[in-house]
Amino acid sequence: MSDLLHTDAAELSGLLADKQLSARELTQASLEQIERVDSEVKAFLHVDADRALASAEAIDARRMAGEELGPLAGIPLAMKDIFTMTGAPTTCGSRILEGWVPPYNSTITDKVLAAGIVVLGKTNMDEFAMGSSTENSGYFTTHNPWDLDRIPGGSGGGSAAALAAFEAPLALGTDTGGSIRQPAAVTATVGVKPTYGATSRYGVVAMASSLDTPGPCARTVLDAALLHQVIAGWDPRDSTSINAAVPDVVAAAKHAEVKGLKIAVVRELGGDGYAPGVLQRFNEALAVLAELGAEITEVSCPNFDYALSAYYLIMPSEVSSNLARFDAMRYGLRVGDDGVNSVEDVMNLTRGAGFGAEVKRRIIIGTYALSSGYYDAYYGSAQKVRTLITQDFDAAFASADVLVSPTTPTTAFKIGERVDDPLAMYKADLCTIPSNLAGNCAISVPVGLSPDDGLPVGFQIMAPAMADDRLYRVGAALEQALTDRWGGPLLNQLVASPAGAYLSGGAR
Amino acid sequence: MDFDDAMASFDPVLGLEVHVELNTATKMFCGCANQFGDVPNSNTCPVCLGLPGSLPVVNGKAIESAIRIGLALGCDIAGWCRFARKNYFYPDMTKDFQTSQYDEPIAFNGMVELEVDGEIFSIEIERAHMEEDAGKLVHAGGATGRIGDAEYSLVDYNRAGTPLIEIVTRPIRGTGAKAPAVAKAYVSYLRDLMRALGVSDVRMEQGSLRCDANVSLMPKGETELGLRTETKNVNSLRSIENALHYEIRRQAALLAAGGKVHQETRHWHEEGYTTAGRSKEEAEDYRYFPEPDLVPVAPSPEWVEQLRATLPEVPAVKRKRLQAAWDFTDQEFADIVNADALELIEATVAAGALPSSARKWWLTELARRANEAGLELAQLAITPGQVAALQELVDAGTLNDKLARQVIDGVLAGEGDPAAVVAGRGLAVVSDDGALAAAVDRAIQANPDVAAKIREGKVAAAGALIGAVMKEMRGQADAARVRELILARLG
Repeated sequence: MSDLLHTDAAELSGLLADKQLSARELTQASLEQIERVDSEVKAFLHVDADRALASAEAIDARRMAGEELGPLAGIPLAMKDIFTMTGAPTTCGSRILEGWVPPYNSTITDKVLAAGIVVLGKTNMDEFAMGSSTENSGYFTTHNPWDLDRIPGGSGGGSAAALAAFEAPLALGTDTGGSIRQPAAVTATVGVKPTYGATSRYGVVAMASSLDTPGPCARTVLDAALLHQVIAGWDPRDSTSINAAVPDVVAAAKHAEVKGLKIAVVRELGGDGYAPGVLQRFNEALAVLAELGAEITEVSCPNFDYALSAYYLIMPSEVSSNLARFDAMRYGLRVGDDGVNSVEDVMNLTRGAGFGAEVKRRIIIGTYALSSGYYDAYYGSAQKVRTLITQDFDAAFASADVLVSPTTPTTAFKIGERVDDPLAMYKADLCTIPSNLAGNCAISVPVGLSPDDGLPVGFQIMAPAMADDRLYRVGAALEQALTDRWGGPLLNQLVASPAGAYLSGGAR
Repeated sequence: MDFDDAMASFDPVLGLEVHVELNTATKMFCGCANQFGDVPNSNTCPVCLGLPGSLPVVNGKAIESAIRIGLALGCDIAGWCRFARKNYFYPDMTKDFQTSQYDEPIAFNGMVELEVDGEIFSIEIERAHMEEDAGKLVHAGGATGRIGDAEYSLVDYNRAGTPLIEIVTRPIRGTGAKAPAVAKAYVSYLRDLMRALGVSDVRMEQGSLRCDANVSLMPKGETELGLRTETKNVNSLRSIENALHYEIRRQAALLAAGGKVHQETRHWHEEGYTTAGRSKEEAEDYRYFPEPDLVPVAPSPEWVEQLRATLPEVPAVKRKRLQAAWDFTDQEFADIVNADALELIEATVAAGALPSSARKWWLTELARRANEAGLELAQLAITPGQVAALQELVDAGTLNDKLARQVIDGVLAGEGDPAAVVAGRGLAVVSDDGALAAAVDRAIQANPDVAAKIREGKVAAAGALIGAVMKEMRGQADAARVRELILARLG
C-alpha cells in the first residue's frame, strides 16, 4: 500500500500545494486502493473513476496555471449516497431510487466541487439512512475493515469504512441519530455532527428533516475540520440553515488546548448495558484530558433516558411524510404499471417492492404516531420530551464547556447479530441521539481498542449549538495525546495486524 | 321540490371555502414563474417537482399578500404561526403532502358585511390560511375529460406550488331564501376585494378564484346543524347561486321524503345539477404536523401595521362614493356593477373621460363586443386609456360615433391606439370646410326640391341633404358641421 494512502488530508494538502504530488497521482492511488479492497469492504455503491481522474487533472491544470486553490483542492472524497450530484446516481441505498440520476447538486456537493475536492464516488448506507449497520442497504452490507465479519456502523457505514480501509482520506456523511458518529466510533475514524442548521440540507435526501445534519468524516480531527470549513455556512435554499459565521474549526483543531476547560461526563450515558472495554477506554481518555489540564466533572441529564423513545416517534413521523413522494409517478422504480392497475395499485406495489423492511417499519410507526387521535399522545409528547432534553443540555452547558460520553455502548457487532432485533439495533444510537434532538454539535474520536475484543472505541464530545470549534479543540487535544501514546494513529495498528494485511494487498 | 316549498320547511346553513390563487411573480416555495397557460411542466424545478433532497423557501410576497388579505377581511394576524403538512397520496401532489397551515393560520376571526337586496348580512370569517396549489391532472382519451372514461392521465406541474389563500367562513345562518344570493354576493365581494388589493387575478373561469359551497338544511325551528354537502366545480358567480339553489332543493326533497343527506362532496354540472363525489362520512386522516423544513412565520406588529396602511378602500364603500361622484342613479350604477365595469369605468374617467361617456362606451358598444366574443369586459383588447382617448377624439370632432365604432374595431384588431387607427385607416372626420362645402353644393344641386323646401324654412328637410353629404364623404364628416354649412348656404 502506498504511503500516500496513509497520509492525512492536511499533509497531502501541503504536498499538493508544493507540487510534490499531483491530484491525479493521489486520485489514482485512491482508485487503486478501491480496486484492491472494495470487493471485501464494499464501501462504495458507485465509483466513477473517469470523472474523478478528470476532475483531478483539472485541479492539477489550475494549480500549474498558478491559480490559488483551497487547502483541500485535489484531495479525494467519498460521498455518502444521499447527497445529490448531477451525472451520478443517487440511491440512498434504496431500490426504489435505483438508477435515479438527480438533475441538480446539493449545496454541499457544490461547495465540495468548488473547493476542488475530487469526488471518487458514492458510498453505501442503510436505506434512506435508517440503520446502524448498513445491513438495511437495498444493495449489500458494508464490512468493517477492522473485522470483515462485523458491521461498519450505520447508516454511514460506507463512508466510515472507506476511510478506515484507506480508500479515501475524506468522506461525507449525514447524522440523524448518530449516522456519522457511530460508524466513526466502530471504525476508529473521526466523525462530526455539526450544529443543526450549520450545514445545508438542500439536496440531501431527507430522512427526518428536523434531525438530519450533514457533516464531515475523516481520519484525523484536523482533516474533519478542514472539510467542515468547506461544507458549513448559511444556505438561503435551506430555511432551517443558520445565518451566522461558521466558527473557526480549523484554528481550533490546530490549537488544541484543554487547560482549564470544564468537561462534564453525562451520568446517564454509561453504566449498565455498556461494554466494560468501552467504559475502560472512555475512562482512560478522561484521565488523559485531566492530565492535559481539563477540569473533569459529572452532570446529570435525566431526560436523556427518554431520548431514544422520543426519537423513535419524531423521526418515523417525519420519515412517513418525507418518504411519501416515492410513489412511482415521477422517478425511480415503478412496479405494476400494466395498464390495468390503478394509480393507487401502482403506488402500493412500487412501495411494497422498493422499500426494505426497516423503512416500512418506520413509515408504519410514523403514520400511526401522526394519526388523528394519537398525535398528542405520541408525536406531541415526544416533542415535549425533546424540549426537556434541550433544557437538560442547556443546564449542563451552564456549568460545563463540553459534555462527554462513549459514542456507542458497544464496539462493532457481528453482521447479522441484530438484524432480527430492531430494539437492540436502535440502542447503538443511545448516546448520539440526544444531540440530534437538541440540535447541538458532537464529535466522535477514536480512543483505543477495547480490551474485550480488540475493536475500536469512540469517545463522544458534545458542545452547544454553534460552538462547533470546541469539539475540534478537545478532540484534537485528545487525539494528539493518544497518538503520542500509541506511537501513531490507531488505524496504523490495523494496517500492522494480520487482520489488516488485505489492506496492503496481502491475504485476508 | 321547488325552492319556495323547501324554504317553507327548512333553514339553509352555508359554509363557504374560497381559494384565491395569488398573482405573485414566483411560486410559494421556489423561484419558478407563477404563470397560467404556459407549456406544461415548463415552470418547474427540483423544489416544486418535490425531487428528493429539495427544500422549500417561503415566498415573502405571498406572506405579505396573505396578511393584507387577512387585514382586509377584518382578521387578527397571528404573531407567530407555522406551516403544516397535509399528508395524502395523489399524483398531482409532487411530495404526496401539501404544505398548508393547520391549527395556526396566519389570519383568523374576521368579518365582512354584505348587502343583498337592501338587507345586511354579516359573514364571519373563521380563518384565512396559506397553502400551495397542486398540479393539474388532464384526463385524456375519453369523451368527457373526466377520470371515469379516460384512457390515461397527464400531469402538468406548472400549477404545483402556486400560492393559495384559503378563506373559510364560520357557518352562515339566517339567510333563509336568500342563501344562494348571499353566497354569490360573498364570493363577488371577495373577488372585488382581492382585485382591489391587487393580490390575485381572481379569474373564476381559470381557477384563480375557486369556491367550495357547503350547505346543510335544518328543519325550521331547530338549531342543530344538518349533514352538509360540499359542492365543487362552481366556476362562476352564477354557478354558485344555481348550484346552491339546486342543492337546497335536492336536500329538501330528500329530507321531506324521510331520507338522509349523505355527507359528501358534490360535483356541479353547468347543465344545472350536482352529482355525488367523494364520501366524507369517513373523515380522511391527513396526519397534519408542523412542516419541519420551514421556520415559523412571525410578522412583526410594525410590519402588519405598515401593510394595514396599504389596504385599499373597501369595494362597497368605494361604490357608494363613486356613485355619488359620478351622479348615476341606482339603476345606472347597478348596471355598471353587474357588467363588471366599475374598475374599467373608473380608470376611463381617471384617464380623462366624463363618467357618462365612459359608461356609454363600456356598457353599450364594448359590452356588445365582449358578449359576441364570449369574453369578460376586462378581457377585451382595449384599455380604459384607449377608451378615454377615443372619447377625446369624438369630443374634438375628429370622430363621430359611427367612425368611433370603426376605430374600436381597429383597436381590438391590434392596430394600436385610437389615434393610430384613425391615421392608419384614414378615418378622421373631414373638417376641411372647402371639401365639405363642395360636397354640400353638389348635394344642393342634385336635390333642388329639397333645397327649395329648406329655403322656405322647412329646416327639418335638411336631413336628406346631410345624408347625401355623409354618403359622399363615406361617413367621415361631422354631421353637425354639415348641417351648419347647408343652413348657411340655403338660409
